[in-house]
Amino acid sequence: MAVVSSANSTVMNNVEAVRATLYEAMKNDERTVILGEDVGARGNVFLITKDFIGEFGERRVIDTPIAEASIVGIAVGMAMEGLRPIAEIQFADFIYPSFNQIVGEAAKIRYRSNGEYTCPLVIRTPYGGGVRGALSHSVSIEALFYHVPGLKIVAPSFPDDVKGLLNAAIDDPDPVLFLEHKKTYRLIKGEVPDGHYTIPLGKANVRKAGTQLTVVSYGLYLHWALEAAQRLQEENLSVEVIDLRSIRPMDKTAILNSVEKTRKLLIVHEDNKFGGIGAEISAMVAEEALFSLDSPIRRLCGPDVPSMGYALPLEEEFMSSPAEMADAMRAMVKF
Amino acid sequence: MATTITMPQLGETVTEGTVAQWLKSVGDSVDKYEDFVEVSTDKVNAGVPSPVTGTIRELLVKEGETVATGTPIAVIDEAGAAKSAATEPPAATAASAPVAPIAAVPAAPAVSSPNGAPAAAGSESVESESALRGASPAVRRLAREHRIDIRAIKGSGSNGRVTADDVLAAVTAAPSSPATRTSTYAQPIPGSTVTLTQARRIIAERMVESKHTAPHAWSMVEVDVTDVWSWRVREKDRFERESGYKLTLLPFFIRAVVESLAAFPLMNARFVPASGSGQPSIYVNAEVNVGIAIGLATNLVVPVIRRADKLSIKGIALAAGELIEKARKGKLGVDDLAGGTFTVNNNGANGSWASAPIINGGQAGIVTMEAVVKKLVVRDDDSLAIRRMMNSCLSLDHRVVDGYVASGFLADLKQRLERMGPQGDL
Repeated sequence: MAVVSSANSTVMNNVEAVRATLYEAMKNDERTVILGEDVGARGNVFLITKDFIGEFGERRVIDTPIAEASIVGIAVGMAMEGLRPIAEIQFADFIYPSFNQIVGEAAKIRYRSNGEYTCPLVIRTPYGGGVRGALSHSVSIEALFYHVPGLKIVAPSFPDDVKGLLNAAIDDPDPVLFLEHKKTYRLIKGEVPDGHYTIPLGKANVRKAGTQLTVVSYGLYLHWALEAAQRLQEENLSVEVIDLRSIRPMDKTAILNSVEKTRKLLIVHEDNKFGGIGAEISAMVAEEALFSLDSPIRRLCGPDVPSMGYALPLEEEFMSSPAEMADAMRAMVKF
Repeated sequence: MATTITMPQLGETVTEGTVAQWLKSVGDSVDKYEDFVEVSTDKVNAGVPSPVTGTIRELLVKEGETVATGTPIAVIDEAGAAKSAATEPPAATAASAPVAPIAAVPAAPAVSSPNGAPAAAGSESVESESALRGASPAVRRLAREHRIDIRAIKGSGSNGRVTADDVLAAVTAAPSSPATRTSTYAQPIPGSTVTLTQARRIIAERMVESKHTAPHAWSMVEVDVTDVWSWRVREKDRFERESGYKLTLLPFFIRAVVESLAAFPLMNARFVPASGSGQPSIYVNAEVNVGIAIGLATNLVVPVIRRADKLSIKGIALAAGELIEKARKGKLGVDDLAGGTFTVNNNGANGSWASAPIINGGQAGIVTMEAVVKKLVVRDDDSLAIRRMMNSCLSLDHRVVDGYVASGFLADLKQRLERMGPQGDL
């Protein structure tokens, strides 16, 4: 797909979209603070915050020790006291030490203080596999957090959504976990409108319209699902692909409207199947739209193994593929 | 447990076999190692022994038919094994049809029996039962809504499954339909047929039934609602703030209705037709359960305020508010709709001045509230006054009451409404 910049937009990849949005936020609001491992002098491992420390100073671009609980804990305090911290967990695989700060503290502050305090905190983290990242640079973590009320989770897949949703996450008065699929960082390019704009959290986007099957996905797999759906289009099979964009709040309306139309639902995600996002979507559709379903709901997800291995065959075994997705879609359309 | 028997490979190079003769019919018992079919190949003819003791459930291949080795040819129910409860048809259908296959028959091969008719009839219902069992929720719903028999549809899905699109195609192809185009009740298209929803069909049936069985008579009174209107206006803001519901004239009206029903119990009764040896009678209801007719875009619902006579105006207002909200959200349950003994229809919202409603079946009457309008009226002392006036119309089941009782009821209702307000406790 050729993407060309126009008068009012610029072509970027996902990593550039993150960088541009963070830069704007730092520029436009003095309360914005970035903190994390290597975000300062090193300019982040993907060079997202390169040169930020020179321009905004080390009081606003803070290099932290390798201590994730502290990164989030400090950011929670900053947020409660009026700053707009954007905390970075260098890889989602390292988020576990901060679990208590996110789940036990950040997500509960509004409730605990009866609305007196909020926690306008963004936690950004790269996640996902397909980059030979092995056990500690490949994991998907969304299912560990989506059970938690008080926490919003966003997982954009296209550069324009990255910008609009990151802006919305920064504006949001409550904590938002912002997930960036690292394989899409430089793989996915697209036009990004110039200037400040937001995309509402909790709104999905129909990336491809279709009539015979609804596919819900996000992250890298969304792109593969779109590719698979395009292949099926050439076989005259019509698949609708919904980009979930926000994992929580979940856009029930978009999913239900689509399923009412297509009567079939396939959920595709890289995270493990058991207890994953797909389980929640399945349950919701079974509760709300059973009598629209013309086939069993299916999930094509990561296998229930602890991680993808370093060896390429092991990673490939874990990851799905556009071909496998096309097969699953074809079987469901023809069911 | 059912055991599926496949065409055996009679020789290393043999790829297919012909059923020469079935030695058993459906329903026959067979012993382990007993030959139950004779198979011929280009090399040999041989009897095939049963691997289990049991009863022949299905014969899947016709005599003379040639099938590949490995193709299922028969299903035998193993003797003494418990049948799987989950896949058993309900008792009612089991009585009229032979037991359906547990495993779906791939590509539903034509089935017949050497003994002719009975087994053939059985196998036909075997196929149709499995069509029902494989029906998805969407297929079942569409078939129900369009009153289509799934078993009459040829499936285009995998393994011959009937898909939702197959049902919709059958709807448009239905020969009974006078128009080829269909549309919906919510968005009717001129020159098309509107397929009735279940709710619409029931409404139609009940209306015809009531109008045909209960001889309707009609009467109307004009009520001065000025004072009760003022009372409502005084209370409405506080009520809405406290309860979240709007305070309309309806609960005041219902309160007056239940008091009048207490004074005229025959209006809260139903006609019981002669049945068998029983003579016709009138049953005077013990409870006063007032239905409220609520018109929605595609249908009409009449949820019931139970024991409305035990409720204050406020209690009625809360109950009505809750029911109306449920109705609009489509959340009314069976309990909300059952047990009505009399109906109130608030018909005046769009300015209707008089109407002749149809009685809700099994009740003696229905009363309406028409539009409240300001009128110049001549009062008893010949003075002129501007008053808020409202017509109230009554349809009655003339088998239960005559004009004497009905007009007494209406006069009583009028009096009670006119005595309400301009202030008091809700």
